[in-house]
Order: sequence, then C-alpha cells, then structure tokens
Amino acid sequence: MTAAVREAVCRLDQIEREGGVTALVAGEAVAIIRTHEDHVYALSNYDPFSKASVLARGIVGTRSVDGEDVPFVASPMFKQAFDLRTGECLDDRAVAVATYDVRVVDGVVEVATRTP
Amino acid sequence: MAPQLRKQLVVVGHGMVGHRFVESAISRGLTEAYDITVLGAEPRPAYDRVALTSFFEVGAEALSLLPSGTYDDPRVRLRTHAEVVAVSPRQRIVTLASGEDLHYDELVLATGAAPFVPPVPGADLANVFGYRTIEDLEAIRSASKGGRRKVGAVIGGGLLGLEAANALHQLGVETHVVELAPRLMAVQIDDLGGRTLNQHIGKLGLTVHTGAMTEAILGDRRNRVERLALKDRNPLDVDLVVFSAGIRPRDALARAAGLDVADRGGVLVDGSLRTSDEHIWAIGECAAVQGVMYGLVAPGYDMAEIVVDRLLGGAGEFTGADMSTKLKLLGVDVASFGDAHGTTKGALELTYADALSGVYKKLVISEDGKRLLGGVLVGDAAAYGVLRPMVASGMELPENPEELILPASRGGANLELPDDAQVCSCNDVTKAEITAAAADGTITRAGATCGSCKTLVKKIVEDYFAATGKEIDRSLCEHFRMTRQELFDVVAVHGYTRFDDIVEGHGTGRGCDICKPAVASILASLLNQHVLAPGNRQLQDTNDAYLGNLQKNGTYSVVPRVPGGEITPDKLIVIGQVAKDFGLYTKITGGQRIDLFGARMEDLPAIWKRLVEAGMESGHAYGKSLRTVKSCVGSTWCRYGVQDSVGLAIELELRYRGLRSPHKLKGGVSGCARECAEARSKDFGIIATEKGWNLYVCGNGGAMPAHAQLLAGDLSKEELVRYLDRFLMYYIRTADRLQRTSSWMDAVDGGLDRIREVVVDDVLGLGDQLEAAMARHVDSYFDEWKATIEDPEKLARFVSFVNAPGTPDPNITFREERGQVQAATTDGPVSLGTTIPVGAP
Ligand code: SRM
Ligand SMILES: Cc1cc2nc3c(=O)[nH]c(=O)nc-3n(C[C@H](O)[C@H](O)[C@H](O)COP(=O)(O)OP(=O)(O)OC[C@H]3O[C@@H](n4cnc5c(N)ncnc54)[C@H](O)[C@@H]3O)c2cc1C
Ligand code: SF4
Ligand code: FES
Repeated sequence: MTAAVREAVCRLDQIEREGGVTALVAGEAVAIIRTHEDHVYALSNYDPFSKASVLARGIVGTRSVDGEDVPFVASPMFKQAFDLRTGECLDDRAVAVATYDVRVVDGVVEVATRTP
Repeated sequence: MAPQLRKQLVVVGHGMVGHRFVESAISRGLTEAYDITVLGAEPRPAYDRVALTSFFEVGAEALSLLPSGTYDDPRVRLRTHAEVVAVSPRQRIVTLASGEDLHYDELVLATGAAPFVPPVPGADLANVFGYRTIEDLEAIRSASKGGRRKVGAVIGGGLLGLEAANALHQLGVETHVVELAPRLMAVQIDDLGGRTLNQHIGKLGLTVHTGAMTEAILGDRRNRVERLALKDRNPLDVDLVVFSAGIRPRDALARAAGLDVADRGGVLVDGSLRTSDEHIWAIGECAAVQGVMYGLVAPGYDMAEIVVDRLLGGAGEFTGADMSTKLKLLGVDVASFGDAHGTTKGALELTYADALSGVYKKLVISEDGKRLLGGVLVGDAAAYGVLRPMVASGMELPENPEELILPASRGGANLELPDDAQVCSCNDVTKAEITAAAADGTITRAGATCGSCKTLVKKIVEDYFAATGKEIDRSLCEHFRMTRQELFDVVAVHGYTRFDDIVEGHGTGRGCDICKPAVASILASLLNQHVLAPGNRQLQDTNDAYLGNLQKNGTYSVVPRVPGGEITPDKLIVIGQVAKDFGLYTKITGGQRIDLFGARMEDLPAIWKRLVEAGMESGHAYGKSLRTVKSCVGSTWCRYGVQDSVGLAIELELRYRGLRSPHKLKGGVSGCARECAEARSKDFGIIATEKGWNLYVCGNGGAMPAHAQLLAGDLSKEELVRYLDRFLMYYIRTADRLQRTSSWMDAVDGGLDRIREVVVDDVLGLGDQLEAAMARHVDSYFDEWKATIEDPEKLARFVSFVNAPGTPDPNITFREERGQVQAATTDGPVSLGTTIPVGAP
C-alpha cells in the first residue's frame, strides 16, 4: 500500500446529508458525497456519459442490488446511477468513474490524492 | 378552352370526402399524373361537418379542414363559390354557374347530401332552416336572438335531429322535437330504447312529440314562421323550424347527365366506385354503392382512398361499412350496433330495462342462441366496447348471455373475447394485436381515433398482464409500492412534511432520483415551502436544486418571468446588460420570454440579484410547475380582439406562478377565435368570445400533441378563475408523476366529461376544498430567487469548489458561434495542472 497523501477539503457539516459538494483535489474536480448514515465517499466529478463535471449535484439514494441496498448518486444530466463505494455505473457495468480514499477526522473531511 | 398538356382531374364538391380525396391524391402521388381542380359550391373550403354543432363554440375557422385555403401542391387548384350546373360525359366537360366550361379526363363527384325537406306547405317560409352547413347554423343563431325567449321545433327525431335540438336548447331556445315515427332515433334503436331516451330528454326540458305528423307550417304577414300544424294534435306556436328529417344524396347533376342513379337516390356506382360512365366516379354521401347509401363519414373516406387507388392502377374494392354508432346526446349514452332491429330470420331478443334509472339494453341473438347479432343500449353504453366486437367476430355466446347486460351488482359477467375480435373499429386492431403489443411493450393505434374502445383496450392489457402472472406494476419506484396519487393521499392524510418520515413509514431504502423529486413536488403542492429549505433541497432534481436548467456543459440557464410575454423596455435593457456582463448567450424562447444560457453555478446568485433589483423574478423554467401563460395582443391593440387577452394572461400567470405540479403546466389566452396565442395547445387555454371566455383544457405540444378540449364556454372572469382553480388542483391531486394534463384526462375514468362533472358541476362536492387549496397557494407565493439571495445558508452551496470558491471549474468550456458563446464539452476530466497523478488504479 502506498502512503496516502491527504488533503483536508471541508468540514463534514458543510455537506448536507444525501447531498454533495465539489472539491478541487490536486487540480481536479472531485465529488464528495455524504449519505444518510454519514458515510462519506469521493468520486471524480466528471460524468463520462454527458462529459460534464456534475456528479456532486446529483440525487443520492439507494438501489437494491441482489438484496443489498447500494448507495448511489444519479448523474443530474441523464440520470445514470454510480455506486458510491466503487464508482461503478449501476446502469452500465462497463463504465466506472475514479474513486478517492476519503475519511473524516475530527469533523474534517480529508481526501487522498491517490487511490490506495 | 386552351389545349391541356397534362391530364385533368376535376372534383365536384369540396366537403369532407372531396377534401380527403385530394389529400390522399397528393400524398399517394396522383398529382404526378394529373392536374386537379376542385370545385366547391360553398363559400369556404371544406370543414368538419361532423363537428358542425361546435361551430357555436369555436367558430368557423376552428372547424376548417384547410384553413389556408390552398393545398401544398401547385398542381391542385381549389375554387370555392364554384357551383357546377352541368356535366357532359360525352365531351368530358363540366359547366360552372358562371357559364365557364372545364375539360376533364377523369371526374369525381363528391357532392354530398342535402337535408330532406318533406313536401309540407310553408317549408319555404323565412325562419325555416336545414342543419347541414355553417351558413345554416349562422342563420339559426341569428333567428334565436333578440326579444323574448324564442320557441323552436326540430322536425325529425333521428340522430341529427336530436343534435339540432341540443343546439337549439343550448342557444336558449325552448325546443320541441317532432318525430313522425313512434319513437326517437328510429333507425338506430327500438321502441323501448326510444322511450327511455324520451324520458331522459324530457328531464332536460325539451318536449318530444313522437308519432306526430307535421301538416303545415303557417306564417305571419311578413312570411315568418308562426305556427306548426300537427295532424290530430294541438298546433305549436313557434318562431323557427329546423328540418332534420333525413338526408337525400345530391345526385341531380348525375341524373341530368344521364348517369344511372339508385332507386332510392344516389349516384349508382359499383364496388370500385365507378359510375355508369367509365371516366366518372362518385364518393361520399352522394354515392350509392351497389344501391346502398352511407350517411357517415368513415365509409366516405374509404371510398376516396379506393378511387385514388384505382386511378393509380390499383384494384381497391369497397366492401361495406360498420354502421354501429355510439354517442352522447344531451348527456345520454346511446349505442346501437349490428342488427339492432332483429331483422335476421329467427332472431331472438333479450332485454333489460330499468325505468327508474333510465337504462335500457337489448341484445339480438341468433336463432340457435349461440351468436350475438346486434343490440341497443340506452342510458348506459359501457358494454358497447365488448359487444360490438362480439358481433363482428361471430364468437360463441356464454351460457347465460343475459349476464352481458345485467348491471354488475346483479350478477353481470365479464366476457372473454376471441383473439381475432376487432376491438378498435376505427383503426382495425384486433385483440390479438393488442396483447401482442402488450407482450413486447409496444403500442397499437387502438383508441387513437374516436376513443370509444379505450376502456376495452385497457382491460385487455390488464387482463393480459394478470394472466401472465405479471402484476401491472403501478409503483412509483422500488422504494414506494404505490402510485403518485396514493402517495399524495398518504402525505396529505398523515400531514408529513419530511421525506425521511415518509420513506421510513411507507417506503424502503433511502429513495432515488424518481421518488425524491416526486415527494418534493407533493410536499411543495401541499406546503409551498422553499424548494431549497433544509431537507427539501436534496430531494430536488438539479434544475430545481439550482433554480435554473442544467445545460450540457454543466452551466445553467436563467429565465426571468415575463408574465403574458409583456415586458417594458427598461427590463429588456437590464436583461441585455446582465447577459453582457456575465457573458451569457441569449435567445427568445418558444414561451414568449428570454433565456440567458451559460451561467456558471457560482454566478447564479449575482445574476438573480440584478434581475430581482430590476423588478423581475424566477420564471420557473426549471420546475414541474407553471411555465408561461402565452398571450396574443388582444383588444388593447388588435383590430379583431374582443377581450383583453394580455391582461388576463398576466393575471393568470401571476395567480398560478410557482404552483408545483405532476408535470409542467402551460397556459395561453387568445383575444379572439383567430387564436394567435395557440391557447388550444396548452394545458389550459382561453379564447375570448363576445360574451366572455371559453375555457379549454388538457392540450399540449411536444411529441404527442393534443388539442385542448372545451370545458366550459362564455364564462365571466370570476367563473373562469373558479373553474381553473378547481381544475388545476384536481389535476395536481390525482395525476401520476410526469403525467401531463392530456394523458391524465385519458386516464381519468369518464375522461373530459368526468372532469367537467367534478370541476363545473361539482358532483363530488370538492369545489370548495380545491379552491381553498389554491387560495393557500396564491397567498403563500414568494419568489424563490429572492428568498435564496437573502439567505446566506442557501447561498453557501453556490460555489464552484467548496475548498476553492473563487476558482472556476476548468471542465466548463465554451466555443463561439454567430457572435455569442455556445456550450462545449471536454473529452475527459480537465486538470488545472498538478504534478501529482490521480485517477483510478
Ligand atoms: C427554452 C425552450 C426552447 C426555446 O429555445 O424556445 C425550451 C427548452 C427546453 N424544453 Fe421545451 N422549451 C421551450 C418551449 C417549449 C414549448 C413551446 C411552448 O411552451 O409554447 C413546448 C411545446 C409545448 C408543450 O410543452 O406542450 C416544449 C416542449 C417540451 C417538452 C415536451 C413536453 C410534452 O408534454 O411532450 C419537453 C420534455 C419534458 O418536459 O418532459 C421539454 C423540455 C425542455 C427542456 C427543459 C429540456 C431539458 O430538460 O433540458 C429544455 C431546457 C430549457 C432550458 O435549458 O432553459 N420541452 N418546450 C422553450 C422555453 C419556453 C419558456 O420560456 O419557458
Ligand atoms: C350535424 C351533423 C352531424 C354529423 N355527425 C356525424 C357523425 O357523428 N359521424 C359521421 O360519420 N357522420 C356524421 N355526419 C355526416 C357527415 O358529415 C357526412 O357523412 C360527410 O360530411 C359526407 O361528406 P361528403 O364530402 O360526402 O359531403 P359534404 O361534406 O356534404 O360535402 C359535399 C360538398 O359538395 C358541395 N356541392 C354539392 N353540389 C355541388 C355542385 N353541384 N357543385 C359544387 N359543389 C357542390 C356541397 O356544397 C358540399 O360542400 C354528420 C352530419 C351533420 C350535418
Ligand atoms: S387572436 Fe384575435 S385578438 Fe389575438 S392577435 Fe390574433 S386576431 Fe388579434
Ligand atoms: S374504435 Fe374508434 S378509436 Fe378504437
């Protein structure tokens, strides 16, 4: 495992539950999303379907896949859903967006600039 | 006559069938071979005669089948006011009333029919009318006006006679129907059915005289109708008389030209619609195909198609027509189908009559009791959809056929149609075709024309799914096993205000991009809170979440409200200045306002602030809510305008602005029947009349355009607003998610009539409640843009990057075209430049 370089991007309370913010991480737009259970995930903000930087502005919810509730964000452009944990598109398994390691330390959200 | 290079085809008569002939000739390429000249005696191009009665509501222009007056093909020439007075088959010439001769190579007679006027003395008096043309209706209307309440008699109690009586009644005339036969609608229905119909019509205040023979119409000194003398009855004092005692084919030209005519009238033609002269054809109501005349428009259309086909070298043949009818006359359902009179040898009859509720049903059954031959339904024609196809398919009857006409409460049964039964007669679609379409998720044209088969089509589809074990899933999404309407009721009944409570109490998981916006819309309709209030924001689609429309490069558009399309020069200047300062692309929208495109999310509050300061507000172009109420200039400037359409449009747009609904809502107001505001393509459209306003509902443009239908006419502004309040709230409460008003109307059991009962007649007693709900909306309206710029908490979200609020997102790019910016996209995430590699493993 490479040692992660982490960047503090915002406080947890700046992100609404089931909402997201966009952060500039190492020069790129990253969507940071907080679920109802206060899990925080980070994905590339760039939606490969619409080729626009928008994922943080999507609706967050769950979809039941094989009996499990998978947390997702739906692109606000054409509504494809992305698994928050893996970046995989739930509507088209061939497509995925990059994910970032993220954690909350003392109420501050930190994103790793490199995936572990 | 100058020699003609191309072959000449002449059509005599520009009625419904003549018009269809020309349309088909153009679309099927007959004009490659022929120049077509259409000669119509009436002063205007063809119009929808079937809908003639609605002339009183909508005017002549709306009925026109060719409003521009010319066909889109230079090889076709239409001449109105052009009566043909003679045909010379030998020389192939037609002669016009003006004396002009025209040569033809092929001649099509489409002269239609004329009202039959029995030979009674006085039939030529003033104030005696037919019921066939727009001119007839104009004359009837002016005779019904002025002075004391007029009394009128309609002679003839058939289908058309009752329609004419209905029209007189609606014009405020005290109306008598005089019918020679012992019952009404003698052609379509039987004695008991006629009596049941009498009963209904009597209740409406019309007087029916059956078995009454008109002996004479007596006039006053000025030759105007005064009295109707009836055989063995008291005379009736009347001011006007309308003849509607049947029609006669207009075959005089053909007779004079020596063509064969049928015994009972009509130009005699064979199955190919050719007359006894090989270059002359006859179609529509003037034709008697193998001696039989057809008084409906659909068979006429078939005939037109066949002649086009023949002239193109085809072998089309007319094989007869289904004369079944179902209609609503004066609010009473009446249907007759197949052998309604039981004339088939040995036919048996089965009847059900309920004098109390005015329902009468009869089935005609074959001698062996196995097949349905025909029937009559009065007062309740719901079974028509199932029974008519049973006749056509010849399927075997169930053991207790009486169950087919008994009300469900008394053991009425449902019946399995055979697969080859024709369910939609307008579009020739069978049950098998409907189930096949249901199986592969496609749709058929069934139900798209007269609509009388819709309930049956729906049932077949539902039965199909039930039989295959698939429940028809009407759930909103995986999280809520209920429809939007059910969810609406759940939220209203429990008084929920938060999504969390709703999903915990009635759903599963944490919701998705389908149920969250739906709940947001329901909460907004009920509570009218700010869409960006905590707890609401995350439910919104991005357009609502940012109070603008998301564009392809991630920017937003900004559309300030321009009520009714009226805007001051000062506001126009502000819009222009804002666009320049923020580098926005500007365009005039189809909704009579101005769209500013390409706004970065972080710039939105500053843009709104400038607009709000200049007195503007959000136009809700992003919401499933009221968009615009378009207007025409109306009486304030237009020389034809009869009411102030701009004023009303502004008032309505301001009343309903911000109203969240299942789908977007659009309105329009036109200042006269010319309809420049295209109001009838809107969810609610209002057209000015001299007496007030006509209200049309459930129209839209888009992919499946629908014309709005008349809900109520000649309304005062107060009535109009009351009905609109009720209509909109009723829709909001009962429609499905993303169901526009027209598809909602189709889904409402009973359709437009039911909506009218609820909205206008208030049969459910919901009127007050719906109005109160709207009043709450109007009182609690506020501008979302203004409320956002005034609230630091809401503003906090409008930054490009949470950790670099001043840095624009590098992924947002533009290009230039025609002197303005346009959206561009990039082929992958754009980095602002950094040395640390990022991305997927
Ligand atoms: C801007 C505009 C086109 C223009 O440049 O003129 C427009 C643009 C859009 N229309 Fe429209 N429509 C516009 C007038 C119309 C009209 C004409 C009218 O209103 O008179 C129609 C046909 C009338 C009707 O709605 O019945 C129209 C029928 C649609 C439809 C089809 C609706 C339907 O029931 O079939 C959609 C799709 C939908 O809503 O689901 C649509 C959806 C859209 C969306 C929202 C698509 C989207 O999700 O991005 C477009 C984005 C607007 C934006 O970015 O600001 N737009 N759209 C017009 C804005 C009018 C306004 O001032 O608010
Ligand atoms: C009030 C009313 C309600 C109706 N309701 C229904 C209904 O619900 N369903 C249904 O199927 N049918 C209905 N009909 C019947 C339907 O309108 C006719 O079947 C249809 O119009 C026939 O079309 P056509 O072209 O043959 O005749 P028309 O539409 O009558 O057209 C004939 C045209 O030829 C012109 N013409 C005649 N002679 C000459 C000449 N010598 N030179 C030049 N022009 C000439 C006439 O002026 C007329 O314009 C209704 C009719 C009326 C009046
Ligand atoms: S609809 Fe009538 S009033 Fe309005 S602009 Fe057109 S012609 Fe004038
Ligand atoms: S029967 Fe008229 S639309 Fe189906």
